[in-house]
Amino acid sequence: MTILLDPTGERQPTDRPLTSRLDKIEGVTIGLLDISKPRGDLFLDQIQAHLEARGATVRRYAKPTFAKPAPVDLRARIAEECGAVIEALAD
Amino acid sequence: MPLPLTDGLLVVIKRDCDTCHLVLGVLDQIPGLMIASQDDPGFPHDDVFDDTGLELSWELQTDTTPTLYRVADGAVVASAAGWHRQRWEEVSRVTGLGPDLPASRPGCGSMIFDPDTHERLLRQHSPVTLRSRRVELGSSEDPYEAMAARGWSDGLPLVPPTEGRVEWMLSGTNRHPNAVVCVMPPDLTECTVEKVAVNAVMAGCLPEYLPVVLSAVEAAASDSFNIHGLAATTYFSGPIVIVNGPVRSQIGMNSGVNALGPGNRANATIGRALNLVVRNVGGSIPGGIDRANLGSPGKLTFCFAEDEEGSPWEPLSVERGFGRDESTVTLFAGHGPTEIWDQLSRTPESLAASFAGQLERVSHPKLALLFDAIVVVSPEHARVFRESGWDKQRLRTELMRLLTRPGAEMVRGAGGISEGLPQSMAGGDVAKFRPDGLWFVHAGGSAGLFSAILPGWVNGDIGSMMTTAVIR
Repeated sequence: MTILLDPTGERQPTDRPLTSRLDKIEGVTIGLLDISKPRGDLFLDQIQAHLEARGATVRRYAKPTFAKPAPVDLRARIAEECGAVIEALAD
Repeated sequence: MPLPLTDGLLVVIKRDCDTCHLVLGVLDQIPGLMIASQDDPGFPHDDVFDDTGLELSWELQTDTTPTLYRVADGAVVASAAGWHRQRWEEVSRVTGLGPDLPASRPGCGSMIFDPDTHERLLRQHSPVTLRSRRVELGSSEDPYEAMAARGWSDGLPLVPPTEGRVEWMLSGTNRHPNAVVCVMPPDLTECTVEKVAVNAVMAGCLPEYLPVVLSAVEAAASDSFNIHGLAATTYFSGPIVIVNGPVRSQIGMNSGVNALGPGNRANATIGRALNLVVRNVGGSIPGGIDRANLGSPGKLTFCFAEDEEGSPWEPLSVERGFGRDESTVTLFAGHGPTEIWDQLSRTPESLAASFAGQLERVSHPKLALLFDAIVVVSPEHARVFRESGWDKQRLRTELMRLLTRPGAEMVRGAGGISEGLPQSMAGGDVAKFRPDGLWFVHAGGSAGLFSAILPGWVNGDIGSMMTTAVIR
């Protein structure tokens, strides 16, 4: 019988339930995170207009560079200040 | 091992120790003394116990040479390290030892504590349990198909990582198999020496390549290199591995004919091993985290050595702050090669202008400062610069000059092309590359008036920085 050694990281992904969904948009603070690709701002401007028309408060955020993960501090700030976040790619 | 004597006196010495030479006369004064030599079975004469394998010294845990031992019933009952007349007389029960010698003299370090040797002996004498999960294949399962089916492969066949092969691979390093090499993005999984060895086996490496792979993995996982972003990008690039220093010839790497191509096992498998680690341990799977829209064949493997001996310039590693006698691995986030054809230039000015013409195309002729580049300068092109006395800095300065253009020509919309620099850069001149964004490496066959550009991914602080690590 051939026995091989597992080459993977053998991670045991933790099962995490989805955060509960918003039941309304009105009155909720929603973060828009721009990953800093070209024209992400144009896309998010549109989203912002739609959300504000439905009564949401919008806060805008941006990653320092699209080429790296969002810094921990930025993620924590968004979690603290917002009820939901939309992350946007564009090009 | 059992001691080579049950009762009596034993001394452990080595030729490379002044104190051992000092006590040679004393050894003659002690009747029936067994001499064990760590480094030369002919020292001080032929009638010595050959301990060049250091098994006896390990058993005794000899930390100093010379050390005199009294053995009774197969066990050490007394010892004296270094030269110390009173202690030696107590242990040997012989008086009047070394009358012309000073009363004492410190000894030398025992060879079992030489850094590399110690790790080897430690591993040899305390067998390590490999911790990776065992995957038992069915008797009718083809290992090659089984590995592919489990998603371990980059698309090419893999060498099955059996325990025996992984242990063999680990013989190439003194690092402990359970030691953590890095936390590998994008999954941020702890990557042990053992996991690197498993993937190196699968890639087809020989054990002597493993130290290079380990250093490449370390460099890849560094914050400066940012393998997370590189692994996830929609762009073409992957890690390019450039090896410098004595290790190149020690493991038979290719820096000559076809240096960037196939045909050399070390070049091919070291680069592949790194990418397999990023895939299997880091979790960067094409189509999963790896979002390259086209990718590039170099993401299977892209590793070569610099031809330092034939170069008119200092090696890349020296430019990066390391010594010529140090073996290093340098990682660059890039792809390619793209071509520089110039068979007619015989002056450095003309050849530099050809280089500039092609370098302008890196990423896009109207983009600048975001993408670094390496130029792999071939021997026949390098000769032009050597004969003119152009060092790397002279060439870099010339290229920077040739590649600086009015921003107005490069902004979005200029020349009828939407792509380009932001309008805010229209006012002044713009250099194509960052001041430390253009590098030169010497490699290639002796015939062919071609050089190669390795264009980068997003480089510098905002993306990936060239990263060099020492191979140990």
